[in-house]
Parts: sequence; C-alpha cells; structure tokens
Amino acid sequence: MRIEKCWFCSSAVYPGHGIQFVRNDAKIFRFCRSKCHKNFKMKRNPRKVKWTKAYRRLHGKDMTQDSTFEFERRRNRPERYDRNVTENTLKAIKTIDKVRSRRESKHIERRKKGKKGQQMREAVKELEQSISLVKAPAILREDPSLTLPKIMVKVSQAQESQRMEE
Amino acid sequence: MVQYNFKKITVVPNGKDFVDIILSRTQRKTPTVVHKGYAISRLRQFYMRKVKYTQQNFHEKLSTIIDEFPRLDDIHPFYGDLLHVLYNKDHYKLALGQINTARNLISKIAKDYVKLLKYGDSLYRCKCLKVAALGRMCTVIKRIAPSLAYLEQIRQHMARLPSIDPNTRTILICGYPNVGKSSFINKITRADVDVQPYAFTTKSLFVGHTDYKYLRYQVIDTPGILDRPFEDRNIIEMCSITALAHLRAAVLFFLDISGSCGYSIAQQAALFHSIKSLFLNKPLIIVCNKTDLQPLEGISEEDKKLVMEMKAEAMKTVIGQGGESMDDLGVLLTMSTLTEEGVIAVKNAACERLLDQRVELKMKSKKINDCLNRFHVAIPKPRDQKERPPCIPQAVLEAKAKEAAEKEKRKTERDLEDENGGAGVYSASLKKNYILANDEWKEDIMPEIMDGHNVYDFIDPDILHRLEELEQEDGLRQAEEDDDDFEIDGKELTPEEQKALAEIRKKKSLLIQQHRVKKSTAESRPIVPRKFDKDRRFTTERMGRQLSSLGLDPTLAINRARSQSRGRKRVRSPDRGADDVVDMDVDTPNKKLRIRSRSRSRSKSRPPGEVVPGEGFKDSTQKIKAVKLAKKSAKKRNKDARRGEADRVIPTLKPKHLFSGKRSTGKTDRR
Repeated sequence: MRIEKCWFCSSAVYPGHGIQFVRNDAKIFRFCRSKCHKNFKMKRNPRKVKWTKAYRRLHGKDMTQDSTFEFERRRNRPERYDRNVTENTLKAIKTIDKVRSRRESKHIERRKKGKKGQQMREAVKELEQSISLVKAPAILREDPSLTLPKIMVKVSQAQESQRMEE
Repeated sequence: MVQYNFKKITVVPNGKDFVDIILSRTQRKTPTVVHKGYAISRLRQFYMRKVKYTQQNFHEKLSTIIDEFPRLDDIHPFYGDLLHVLYNKDHYKLALGQINTARNLISKIAKDYVKLLKYGDSLYRCKCLKVAALGRMCTVIKRIAPSLAYLEQIRQHMARLPSIDPNTRTILICGYPNVGKSSFINKITRADVDVQPYAFTTKSLFVGHTDYKYLRYQVIDTPGILDRPFEDRNIIEMCSITALAHLRAAVLFFLDISGSCGYSIAQQAALFHSIKSLFLNKPLIIVCNKTDLQPLEGISEEDKKLVMEMKAEAMKTVIGQGGESMDDLGVLLTMSTLTEEGVIAVKNAACERLLDQRVELKMKSKKINDCLNRFHVAIPKPRDQKERPPCIPQAVLEAKAKEAAEKEKRKTERDLEDENGGAGVYSASLKKNYILANDEWKEDIMPEIMDGHNVYDFIDPDILHRLEELEQEDGLRQAEEDDDDFEIDGKELTPEEQKALAEIRKKKSLLIQQHRVKKSTAESRPIVPRKFDKDRRFTTERMGRQLSSLGLDPTLAINRARSQSRGRKRVRSPDRGADDVVDMDVDTPNKKLRIRSRSRSRSKSRPPGEVVPGEGFKDSTQKIKAVKLAKKSAKKRNKDARRGEADRVIPTLKPKHLFSGKRSTGKTDRR
C-alpha cells in the first residue's frame, strides 16, 4: 500500500483513487483524478499548466531544493522491522513535516514581498545619481538634501511701484 | 493388401456418361476460339490438340479400369475361385479384354486423324477431321457400353464381399442348411448373421472374428450345402465349396442330431462323405448341434453308427497330422446354440486344433529356424543351498524409519487450519515465523501511510541523528531570516525625496520620449541648426523656466543670451544721433528690450510670402511658388458636378484615320 504521486499535478494518489495508465514501453502514469488524466490525454505539458506542482517548481513559485526533501527517499530493498526505528521514524515524520511546511511558506512570503527592498535600494541610488536633473549642482552644494529646490520667482521693482502707484 | 479390398475400385461410368464426361472435359480444357483468318499451322495445331486430348483422356480412364479390376490369376486362388463362382471368370475376362481393345482402337484412331490433320488446308477441313475423329472414338465407347455396365455391377458386388484374409487363422463352418451354423457364429463372434427357419437364409459367406489365447481367429459362416453332384450345385453352394477348397482352416462340420432342419442324420452323413475329400489336411471337428432337442445318447443305433463313421474319418485327419491320438472330445463334440452349452468348448477345441496344426507346419518350414535361435530364457541354476536375500544398507533403513516418524510428528499448517475450523474460519498467521531482533515485535502493526507520506520511505536507522542536524540548521536559518527582515525595513524615503524621485523619473521619461521621436524621424527630417528655430521653441523664456526649476536664478543667463542673439533692425529715433555710439552699450539693451516687447505685444499672423529662416527658401517668390504647387497637388474636390479630369474626353471628334480610307471587308457607311 503506497501513496503514489500523480504524474500530472504531483498530488498524492491514495489507494483506491485515480487511474493508472501503462504505456507500450511499460512506463506507468498515475493520475489522481480525471482532470489530470484528461489533460494528459490532450498531451498537455504539466510544466506549462499553471496549477501543477511541476510548473510551480520550475518557475520558482515553490521551494525546489531543501534538505527536508532528502528524508523521503523511495527504498526498493525492504528493511527488517525494528520497533524503535519505526517509533523514531514516526515521530520524525511529524517534525520534518513541520519544518518543511514552514520553510515553504517562508519561501512564498519572501517571493511575494521580495521586490520592495530591492526597489527601495534602487530608488535611493537613482535619487542620489540623478538628482542633478532637477537640482542644479550649485544649489546642491549649498543644500545637500536630496529634495526639489525652492523656485524663486523674481518680481520686478518697477512693476511693483507702478502697481503701488495705481 | 489391395487385392482383398475391392472397395477401392473407381466407379465405372456407363457408355453415355463416359462419352459425355470426356467430351465436356475436352471442351473445357482446350482452347475454344478459332477464326478462319488464323495461320494454317495454328488451325491445325488447334484441332490436333483437341483430338489428342480426347484420346489421352479415354486412354487414361480405360487404363484405370483395367488396372483396378483384379486379375483373377494374380490374386489368391480362394478369391479367384470365389470371383469365378460369382461372376464367371470367362465373362469377366472378356469384358476387361473388350475395354482393352477399345483403348487400343481409340489410340489408333487418334494417330490416324492427327496424321490427316497435318495436311488439312482450311479451317473447315480440319474441323471436319476433328469431328470425325471424336465421333469414331465415341462410337467405340458406345459399342463397349454393355461391358462397362457389367463391370460396374461386378464392382458394386465386389465391394460388398466380406474381407477374408486367406492366410490367417480361419475356422470354417459347414453343413446342411438350417443346422445352426449362423447361430453358432453369432454366439462366438460379434457377427450378426440372419437366422431364419427357412433354408438358405445365409446366401453368401460371412466373416466374424473371435479371440483365443491372445490370437485373433476368423470364423467364416458358409451357406448350407446340399448333397448333390458337383455339377448341379448352384452359386451359393459353390461359394462354400470354394471356401472349403482353398482356405487352410479348421473345419467344423455341423450335424443336426434332432433332425429339425428337415434332413435326417443319414442324409447329412452322406453329404459328409461326399465332401470329405475337401477336408484333407484340415483339422476337422464334428459338431453335433441342437442337443437340447435330442441328446447324443438318445439317437437310434443306425444314426449312432453313422456318426461313429464320421468320427472315424475325422480321427483320421487328426492322426494324419500330429501322431497324437486324441480322444473323442477333440473330434466329436456336442453343443446347443440355444442353451449355449458346449459352444465355448467347441470354439476352444477348434482354435486349439488349428493352432497346433499351424505351429507344427511352421516348425517344419525353414523360416522358423531363423526365429528359433533368438528365443532363449536364461535361468541361473542354483549353485548351492545358501539363501541370498536382497541387501539394504543400515543407514538407509534408519533414515527411512526416521522419515516416517517425522511425518507423523510435525504438525502442518493444514492440520492447524483444520483444527481451528477449516479454510473459511481460520486464517494462518503469516507473522509466526518472522525472524526479528526481538520476538515481542512479531505481532506489531506498523502503519504504512501517515500524514500523506509513505512511512517506508522515511525509515532510516539513524534518522534521529539526521533530525538533530536538521533542527540545528533550522535554528540558524531562523536567526538569519530575522536579521534579513530587520534590514529590509531600514531604508525609506521621505515624502520630499519621493517627490524629487518622481520628478526625476518624469524628466527621464520625457527625455526618452523626445529621443525616440527624434530617432524615428531622423532619416526623413532635415537636421536644421538651432538658429533657424521655426517653431520658436528655443527661447530665452523657456531657458529661464528651466533654470528656475533647477533652482537657479536665470536673469543673468537670459540677459546674456539676449545680448548675444542676432538683433533686429534698430529703430532710428530723431533724438538719437551722437548718443548712439555711446549709449549703445548701456541703453540699447533696455531700448531693444522695450522695442522688442512692444513689437510683440500684438500678435499677428505672418504674411504668406514671408520667408522664415530655417525653411530653406531663397526668397519670398520662391516660397510663393512652392506654396502654389503644394496647393495644386492637393486639389479641392469637385462638388459642383462639373466635368473633371477623370471624365472621358474626346480630344478630336472626327479623327482622320477613322473617317478616311477604304476597308478590306465591310462597308464604310458606318464608321
């Protein structure tokens, strides 16, 4: 009794679920549900179908390399039963699971907010470099802050006096 | 042996059918189409082929008939005589001879006509020759039609003859009609011969087979024989006589003691004596049948005497063969087929006698000596009185004993299952014999699946160790992540700085846009130096605006620019004169400014011919011309329905070439 992986979406196929397709060259394709099966029959590439794990891993949406993945390795030689080992294994599975899921969520978080820091730094750099486009260097020397200069509007004295006269 | 299986002879067709068959075959198998236009050799060949083909077929068929019918001289004399008796040898031979002659005749006909056809000179003649040839052949066959019919009848009858092997062990049954021969054969073999109260129920020979001492015996039932002179015998009797004469068999002469067959014992004895010549060299047994009606002891003296005479004759045959004197039981036997007493005894006696005779004969012949050398059964002679039983080593005996014991001691799973309720109720514990480090673990149930993972994939003896490492690593990672988060939040821009950044970006995008516009039209637009600024973009005001946006004071720059720019014609004023030269440096800037500003205070459009520097025109006339050309090239639409350029125009209403000259064809009143 094993939980297999769906070939298309990489989700878990429990016993009694899904369809197994054996090709002429004896390669076995397991599908968790008819959605995946039908997609396969349409010859769609799971790496291009957005909702599959293959796509997500390929495009860096989900975590690909991690040490927690190395704990789960398919063994083809059976090991002799040992109660202690089994106990430890069962406990370990739980912690490994926790660790792995935490790391995955962190990965996704980082991915979601990652650009801000970068953008911030870039903005600062840009500001520093290109401030001369909006602020004359002479003014910058006097006022070293990276802000817009104060625009002075010169009003002629003669006009003022005219107005005053009128 | 083919000779004794007359069932395989092919059917002999009667005359008409024969002809039909052959002619239709010729029709089908040879080409049929011929025209008189063909080459003569081809015609001849065509007809010759037909004639030859027909002849060949006749020849074939007749040959098969002749070959398949047995030659009476070549087969076993028994069959020869039998066929003679049934069909008359002469008649038979004649028929076959006729067939043979017919065959030869047909060949001759064909040969002759083929020779004639070689010289046929037309289609018609060849055809006639062919018709004649075929016709003659068919007449020949028609003449032998009765022979063919006769042979067909013979064939049918021969197929139904019983298959008697003349060389094997045979028992012959003979006697008067109705004495019980057929009932006897029915009893000892599986033959099913008709048994009826009237005489001559059996009209031909019948064969049955019986076994004795692992050997198969043929038993032949003959039709009854009457006591008549040889010449008067009918065909049916002759059959039995033939059989008697030719088959080397044991003869059972049946005697009806009771006389219920309708013939007395005296008559039967007379018969016996008349045919006893046929019993030479054959083991003879006299069988008294129907003892249920009349036991042998109860017959009259005369009859008894006759019987004894017969027995004496029979004994002669016995003594003549073996030299062993047999008692009455070997020669004279009584039985009753109705009650079945003595039947088996008779059979056994007959078989025994026959076997003895045959063996003796074989022993006397030379052939047996070859086989005799090969028979030898060796039996070792005992040397002394010692007992020598078979020898088995002790170890083997012990092992055997142990095995037996073990088989009983060990309890199999099967037994266990049976004890606990049988196959459906008890299921064997497969974990009973597991080899584990600790025997307590045998009955443990281990989960295979947990939380969506296969437990087997995780099993590892040092999983705890690895788990520890993982946790350490995890702790470090956590710390790193916290630092990272903290760092990222440090840098933020103030709102003024953000505004400055926005400005910067806007300006950058503007520059890029302008550059793109310039780039795209660079090849098609002339590059005009800035001093010929047609659109008045590069003005001092603009410069002033831009400089002030940068935060600088533009006045100095503007003044400088204005002083250096190409000025207009100076407006002369009367009170100017000498002061001009002096005042130029000081006042004229102000004056110029004023004049400039005044002249620009009113906006007015430029006259059309005015040449603006930067356009590329030499003078105003050139410009006017250019403008006119441009207007002409883009003409206004003709909305008044007047005749335009695109409407047909006949430049000359009466062109000379159409209205003069002569025509080659046609009239000139319409041109």
